[in-house]
Amino acid sequence: MADLALSFSRRPVAMRHPSVVIFIGALALFTIAVTILAEGFGIGVISNSFVKTLGKTLCLCLVALAMDLVWGYTGILSLGHMAFFGIGGYAIGMWLMYARTETIVVQSLASAPLPPTPQEISDGIATQIFGVVGASEFPPIWAFAHSLPLQLAAVVLVPGLLALIFGWLAFRSRVTGVYLSILTQALTLALSLYLFQNDSGLRGNNGLSGLQNLPGLDDVPQSTVSMWFFWASAIALGTAYLLCTWLVSGKFGSVLRAIRDDETRVRFLGYSVEAYKLFIFTFTAIIAGIAGAIYYPQAGIVNPAELAPIASIYLAVWVAIGGRGRLYGAVIGAALVSLLSTWFTGGQAPNIRLGGYVISWVDWWTVLLGLSFVCVTLFAPRGIGGLFDHLAKLRSPKRRGAPLGPDAGALREKEADQ
Amino acid sequence: MSQLLEVSGVSVSFDGFKAINNLTFQIGKAEMRAVIGPNGAGKTTFMDIVTGKTKPDEGTVLWGEKSQSLLSMNESQIAQVGIGRKFQRPTVFEDQSVADNLMLALKKNRSPLAVLFFRPGREDQERIAELAEEIGLSAALDRKAGELSHGQKQWLEIGMLLAQDPKLLLVDEPAAGMTPAEREHTTEILVEAAKTRAVVVVEHDMEFVRRLNCKVTVLHEGSLLAEGSIDHVTSNNEVIEVYLGR
Amino acid sequence: MVAALRVVLACVMLVLPLPMLAQDTGAPIQRLLQEHGDVIVKSSRKTIQPAIDALAASGLPEARDVLNRWREKEMWVNKDTGTFVFAEKAPEKQLLLFDVAGSAEIGLAEAKAYRQLKPNSGIRGLISAALVQFQLSDPSPAFRLAALNAIERDPDASHLSALRAVMDSETQPSLKVRIARLERLLTIQFDQDDSARIAAIEGFQGDLGVDLRAVLSPLVVTKIDAAETLPDGALVVEVGTDSLPTAAAYDMLVAKDLAAPHVTSDALRAALIENIDGTTVAGVQVATLNTDEARLKAYAELAREGTVPPVISNSDVLQTLEQFVFFQTFIGAPPAVALAAQAALLDIETKLALSQTADLALDALSLASIYFLAAIGLAITFGVMGVINMAHGEFIMMGAYTGYVVQLFVPDHTLSILLAIPLAFAVTFSAGVAMERLVIRWLYNRPLETLLATFGVSIALQQIAKNIFGTQARPLTSPDWLDGSWVINDVISISYIRIAIFVLALLFLALFLFVMNRTRLGLEVRAVTQNPRMAASMGINPDKINMLTFGFGSGIAGIAGVAIGLYAKVTSEMGTDYIVQSFMTVVVGGVGNIWGTLLGASMVGVLQKGIEWFNPSNTLAAQTYMILFIILFIQFRPRGIIALKGRAAEA
Repeated sequence: MADLALSFSRRPVAMRHPSVVIFIGALALFTIAVTILAEGFGIGVISNSFVKTLGKTLCLCLVALAMDLVWGYTGILSLGHMAFFGIGGYAIGMWLMYARTETIVVQSLASAPLPPTPQEISDGIATQIFGVVGASEFPPIWAFAHSLPLQLAAVVLVPGLLALIFGWLAFRSRVTGVYLSILTQALTLALSLYLFQNDSGLRGNNGLSGLQNLPGLDDVPQSTVSMWFFWASAIALGTAYLLCTWLVSGKFGSVLRAIRDDETRVRFLGYSVEAYKLFIFTFTAIIAGIAGAIYYPQAGIVNPAELAPIASIYLAVWVAIGGRGRLYGAVIGAALVSLLSTWFTGGQAPNIRLGGYVISWVDWWTVLLGLSFVCVTLFAPRGIGGLFDHLAKLRSPKRRGAPLGPDAGALREKEADQ
Repeated sequence: MSQLLEVSGVSVSFDGFKAINNLTFQIGKAEMRAVIGPNGAGKTTFMDIVTGKTKPDEGTVLWGEKSQSLLSMNESQIAQVGIGRKFQRPTVFEDQSVADNLMLALKKNRSPLAVLFFRPGREDQERIAELAEEIGLSAALDRKAGELSHGQKQWLEIGMLLAQDPKLLLVDEPAAGMTPAEREHTTEILVEAAKTRAVVVVEHDMEFVRRLNCKVTVLHEGSLLAEGSIDHVTSNNEVIEVYLGR
Repeated sequence: MVAALRVVLACVMLVLPLPMLAQDTGAPIQRLLQEHGDVIVKSSRKTIQPAIDALAASGLPEARDVLNRWREKEMWVNKDTGTFVFAEKAPEKQLLLFDVAGSAEIGLAEAKAYRQLKPNSGIRGLISAALVQFQLSDPSPAFRLAALNAIERDPDASHLSALRAVMDSETQPSLKVRIARLERLLTIQFDQDDSARIAAIEGFQGDLGVDLRAVLSPLVVTKIDAAETLPDGALVVEVGTDSLPTAAAYDMLVAKDLAAPHVTSDALRAALIENIDGTTVAGVQVATLNTDEARLKAYAELAREGTVPPVISNSDVLQTLEQFVFFQTFIGAPPAVALAAQAALLDIETKLALSQTADLALDALSLASIYFLAAIGLAITFGVMGVINMAHGEFIMMGAYTGYVVQLFVPDHTLSILLAIPLAFAVTFSAGVAMERLVIRWLYNRPLETLLATFGVSIALQQIAKNIFGTQARPLTSPDWLDGSWVINDVISISYIRIAIFVLALLFLALFLFVMNRTRLGLEVRAVTQNPRMAASMGINPDKINMLTFGFGSGIAGIAGVAIGLYAKVTSEMGTDYIVQSFMTVVVGGVGNIWGTLLGASMVGVLQKGIEWFNPSNTLAAQTYMILFIILFIQFRPRGIIALKGRAAEA
């Protein structure tokens, strides 16, 4: 029974999954390299804005990790995880904006002949924050904005609860496949439309801004602040990677993949498919919320457009290009595509002259992305991660068109061909 | 009550077509039963009803000593009380190893948290080794299930069914696509299993049914047509008419 | 030419020894003018009315002309004799005179002997009002109509008698109706007799006209007032109810100087700042004044010293309020009339609500047909074939841009739309076929991957459109005959474009039903969707059928794009506005059933309009709640309104 030892050994996760060691090592090296090269604590070769871009990219990798868990491993193509990401940003942004405005208002009121009352301070903050939408009172949703711990709790709780409620409703009624995708997309659309309203209490289409300024830390230069956030992003990504690896490597991961491949069969084995889906949906929503909470202070602004369905679809694109069903694939896809996007749309890429027409990448990058995405779906469903498989000589059985399931619905191959 | 499963007066229709019509069926705790019938007789729908996949329009399905109604449970709950099902086509998780497949089926706490913190113990591994031995896949434990041959997949599925340790096994055409030797072995496993639990086999192959040497239930157009030993039913005129046409 | 002739003529007359004698000073009109000569010459708005009335009521044929010319400042008066003449300025400070009676030319005269009558604007207004009567009895219907329009625009008490005068004599039926209606409206507004006004109000029962409402509303205006004792006939208003909150009641007293004003927190703060004495206010340290309580205390101290008025407490307010009664009076009309008007308005509002419901239903219907149009292509590709096409919205967009491009080349709007519809179909049909061949065909039975691949196509198409046409919205102009609306009454109306879209939706439904149920293609499509292998063995080429079906669905999306482009602006992102709603429509209705799509579209449309009705200012909120409702709806009917049952549903 030597074979058995291979499958179910008690060796540490890292030994069973060499990719984890490689990944964490690479991430650590990358973090150290950036720290040395950046302005904050190093020699200043890398500009501050680029450090922010890298930090944001790490956060996008984090949310891609969540997406891979929910889509690549469990087969739920959620088109709503960027909404959870945005909610995380809003939750932390409320505190950042409140606390920062508070210091400004207190400063300006300090020179008044009478010392300000709490009400005057609160009114002052409200006028500052909501002036743009023509309001001057705090909506109820801001009730906890004064407290960092409560807003941090909201980063986890709001996306978690939203995912829990939505997931419970959707999975309970056995909405699956594309129907679920459309439903999550609709949820995202509803959420962003709601936030676009001025009376949503979150400043309508202005969103929350000035988030890059940490309250009470005006003396700390931005270069230092961005390094802090970069480290936070790297630590969050590393931790999440370990956690996700642990999650998918054991029997739990086995159940998840089984649900992805044939959920009816899993049900007949006695597993409550709904509970598993709900668990993973909520868990990944929380990861997305945390990723958003680290991302938006680096971006400086969060507005409803960030929650639009298209953002979640791009998330799916990253994961697909990187290669789903493998955690490093999601990270590679997110990092590669988002950095390329920044490069192309930032106008840095050289334009191409085609006879009389100049192809400007700012305009044509999206076209290229869309088409390459089609090509990846058609010709390389394993994405970039497939290359690693190729190198590692791994291959899964060819089952194109082979019947799988117990009934007509499952007879088709569905999404099993990973 | 001495019966393990008691289906009485069950009917179900799809868009006006009565797939099951006032069907009544019982099976004891340690009993082997073969269910036969022509295409469209309602064999698969009958299994769907018992396993909770289809909800009947009327009738009752009672289970076990406490006479629980299965109709208010969902598929996973029904599986957890001890009903295992093998599908007509082998449905194993092709992307996972044979060992993983068996581990998934092993009778354990199935709640997400318990599964999350589950790490296989020595006795679990021994049980899997034992099952693999029984289904002849000891050498293939680390291979992906998708790489197995059709017959091996059938075996694997039977192994998963046994790993679940159910009180009632519902087996849909277990011998399809098997060599005579493999059939022989399948028969042995099923007969062995029926010593400690109830086994319902749906089969077309009369030869196979004869070898099982058990009580036979004949379904036709969703109702019970005949019940008894294989010789009894094959000599029944109605059964002959149904099978050979009119 | 005429002027030259006149000059010649005048010269001839000058030579003749007959200066200004051809005037009939005894003509009745001249006599009448003489009679009121003083008033007319004095030209004061206050005293002129009898003169105008006398002229208007004289019944003389010349009266109209006199009034007209008077108003136009063409009437002059002889400074010596007081005779009135019409005059035109002639060269060398001379005047060419005409008789007020009959306008016969008199001849030239020295201008200085005459004085021009220059009625001020007030008087001109009075004259115009008097002239209305003449216009109303003008032989030309066009003039009469113009007069009616003038009255309608700016009604006046004086018009009433004029209207009544011509009411019976008017011969043209359409004008007669309008005169009668105007007379009633003016009666309500201006009649002196209350019972006549009430009768007129009651006579309008069942009428929903905007003009009637405009006339009635000012009559029922009330004013809430306060006094120590209740005046006769006034209605008491309770303080603290919705119509008069306590704060408003007190503010009213403050405004009437019957009570002392509240000390606002700003005033309090200002008073404290004003009274800062070094570091203290009224003996309290300034630095401690950082709560409202501390400030109030310091202020109370100041008040006790008498430097500031005391703070008004709630009990003070209630005490003050008790001393007064609040009542409301009608200020627009006498109570009897106002009550009648109120009853009439109430009646109108009830009927209005019904009409508004009908209007809302029409709105919902037209929105539903837009959703149906947007979704019907999907009902084919997604509903029938099970292919999820995220680029469907972009096909709609392509159709709309095709219409736009056609209009660039064909300026005639009717022709261009007629051309655009088949062209849009052709363009999107080919795009659909190309996409099916290149992408979707490889992904059958992998719905999630189809979703993603078609999404890739969608973002690429969107960006290409943006690169070609820019981000600016492009117009797609509808033909003239589609402009305007069909007005049923003052509340219910629907634009022709929406009717056209509705008709188009019905046509598509018919086309779909025809193609699917009555043609060979439909039969083969149904065969292929149900069992492709069986169909193939029957000699049907599933590849070809899939291609054609997908092309058909896409082509319909293109036509829908033209229709939607007429109704909304054409932008590269217009597809995204419809894609989610379209999928919702198909899913809610039940996949694979065109009637389901129809029901789904109706439900989504009615729902959105219904929610908008609760909160009309906020269409975003309406969409939000509509989507949430649909998410909940799918909980209870996961397979949509019309669900396929049994084995077919599980495929």
